[in-house]
Amino acid sequence: MKFRKSLLAAAALVFGLATVSAQAADNIRVGLVVKSLGNGFFEAARDGAMEAAKEVGNAEVIYTGPTSTTAEGQIESINALMAQHVDAIAVSANDPNALAPILKRAMQRGIKVISWDSGVAQDARIVHLNPSNNELIGKTCVKLAADVVGDGGGDIAILSATPTSTNQNIWIGEMKKALPDYSGLKLVDTVYGDDLADKSYRETVALLKKYPDLKAIVAPTSVGIVAAAQAVEDQNMVGKVFVTGLGLPSELAGHVEKGSVKSFAIWNPIDLGYSAMMISYKLATGAQGGPNSKIEAGRMGTISFDENGDGAMSEPFVYDASNVEKFAKIF
Amino acid sequence: MTNTPTPLARILAHREWILAAIIVLMTVGIGTQEAFFISPDNLSELLDDTAILIMLAMVQMLVIVTRCIDLSVASNLALTGMIVALINVAHPETPALVTLVMSVGIGAVLGAFNGILVWLVGIPSIVVTLGTMSIYRGMVFLLSGGEWVNAHEMTPQFLAFPREVTLGLTTLSWLAIIMIVLVALFCRYSATGRAIFAIGGNPKAAVYAGLNVGKYQFITFCISGAMAGLCGYLWVSRFAVAYTEVALAFELQVVAACVIGGISIAGGIGSVWGAALGAIFLGLIKNALPVLGISPFWQMAISGGVIVLAVIINSRSEKQVGRRILREVHQ
Repeated sequence: MKFRKSLLAAAALVFGLATVSAQAADNIRVGLVVKSLGNGFFEAARDGAMEAAKEVGNAEVIYTGPTSTTAEGQIESINALMAQHVDAIAVSANDPNALAPILKRAMQRGIKVISWDSGVAQDARIVHLNPSNNELIGKTCVKLAADVVGDGGGDIAILSATPTSTNQNIWIGEMKKALPDYSGLKLVDTVYGDDLADKSYRETVALLKKYPDLKAIVAPTSVGIVAAAQAVEDQNMVGKVFVTGLGLPSELAGHVEKGSVKSFAIWNPIDLGYSAMMISYKLATGAQGGPNSKIEAGRMGTISFDENGDGAMSEPFVYDASNVEKFAKIF
Repeated sequence: MTNTPTPLARILAHREWILAAIIVLMTVGIGTQEAFFISPDNLSELLDDTAILIMLAMVQMLVIVTRCIDLSVASNLALTGMIVALINVAHPETPALVTLVMSVGIGAVLGAFNGILVWLVGIPSIVVTLGTMSIYRGMVFLLSGGEWVNAHEMTPQFLAFPREVTLGLTTLSWLAIIMIVLVALFCRYSATGRAIFAIGGNPKAAVYAGLNVGKYQFITFCISGAMAGLCGYLWVSRFAVAYTEVALAFELQVVAACVIGGISIAGGIGSVWGAALGAIFLGLIKNALPVLGISPFWQMAISGGVIVLAVIINSRSEKQVGRRILREVHQ
């Protein structure tokens, strides 16, 4: 009995939502499905999507997703969006395959489906939007190191996660490819902190002692960059050695303030939400997407999709003292 | 004919001396490769880095001596560390000393839970602590919601405590030294300490002598838990970050330190000095390998090889040679 009541309540809620959105039936309606609600990263993406909707004028964002990161919850969200006859769905998937059948059904009904951030199977979406790609990440990391080392050049070292981590090794490979563009930079060592705070810390201390002329440590891992920054602070090397790489603003705000980290990079969730919304809108209003296509995404420029329909938004966004506080509140 | 051991054999019978000699030789050897390694500053940092392992190893020794094992220490450390970090965020006015006492208390309660299951419910300790290892680790995630507690959220007093330097050593190092002395005195002079070794050496005889085996096992789990809790605060404050995977799989290093220190996994045999030296030996390897620039793949193999070697030496020296009680008669 109780269960039925709550079911009724839920139905009323869905119905209520549907009527509210029906009021603006002329608008292009895009369902932005996220991995889970209440996550600062995705709420920032929603803000970006709202910005894009405002920019184009006749669009509306329906922000939805499960309360915990499950594929089942996302299937329910997508079902609800289909019932509301949305024009497009942009999903950051909790599972690439579990969502495929329902997304294919949505596409059969004429809904334009894209995935962003975390992809789904290739035949279950028109395009997939990656926040960045390996080459851009490698280039950004080297550029950040070059910025802190300055014109004089100097020694840099890389602090990675485990020696067998696939994406880390690809990024390190891309960094090495980008290094010759900066003649002053000399990569003296690559060490592995295994994404453990204590091992990363110890490896950093060893680097600082072994290479007295070290100017920068690049850590493309969120555990490593925090541990390296702490080690540099504890060794009183702030100002002599800078830590940079990939990390989250909320985790690095304190180290930026102390000066061990001058700048670092990670995707900007606002830009990501903005681009996902723009691409969905363009597809819903007649643009052709798919493998080997190009879609114009407002202020983010034109995004190219490769033969698999994968596209990269931009190089990672750089955070420093000027913006880290603002983003630390987001993610 | 009496069988007097030669002086050399007598020294060799003391594992601790051999281990200490190896440690000194290794330190000097590494010093010849990288001179900074044997500077007083670096040696005091080495002690600081190894202090937590030393403290955990010598109380693990007590548990192992009673023929039990505590695999939940690292999870206990992570949980207690997260709790005190969260308390610090919620109540920044809490003095460091109160945090310290609190961490010991929380750890002791978590350890007592293991102890009760072993003593009153009679479950083998390896099963109990394998379970609580996951339970405590999971609780860290539940408490924190998967979020990190970062350096800038912790108060300066919270972070400063283990770092303060007195007479060239950090508070963390001094704590380890004090604990070595306290636990050594406890083992040698207290009735409880002696009972712990008695029940490990021969549980049946201990029962005949009126000792409650389960009760003493319970006590060792409480001590082990209290120390893990204390180390939880020290760890979180030293590395200035608390998250779910803090000290992941650290219990294996703790047990390894005990094994290297000559503590018999079968129970009954062990010393505080052995455990402390075993921990220092591991700490030395962990710090030396990155300095010597040895490949990370070899680092794992070398650490593993040393442990296997120690187990072989242990099993050989513990082998009880059957004693003939009647003299063979030659006629």
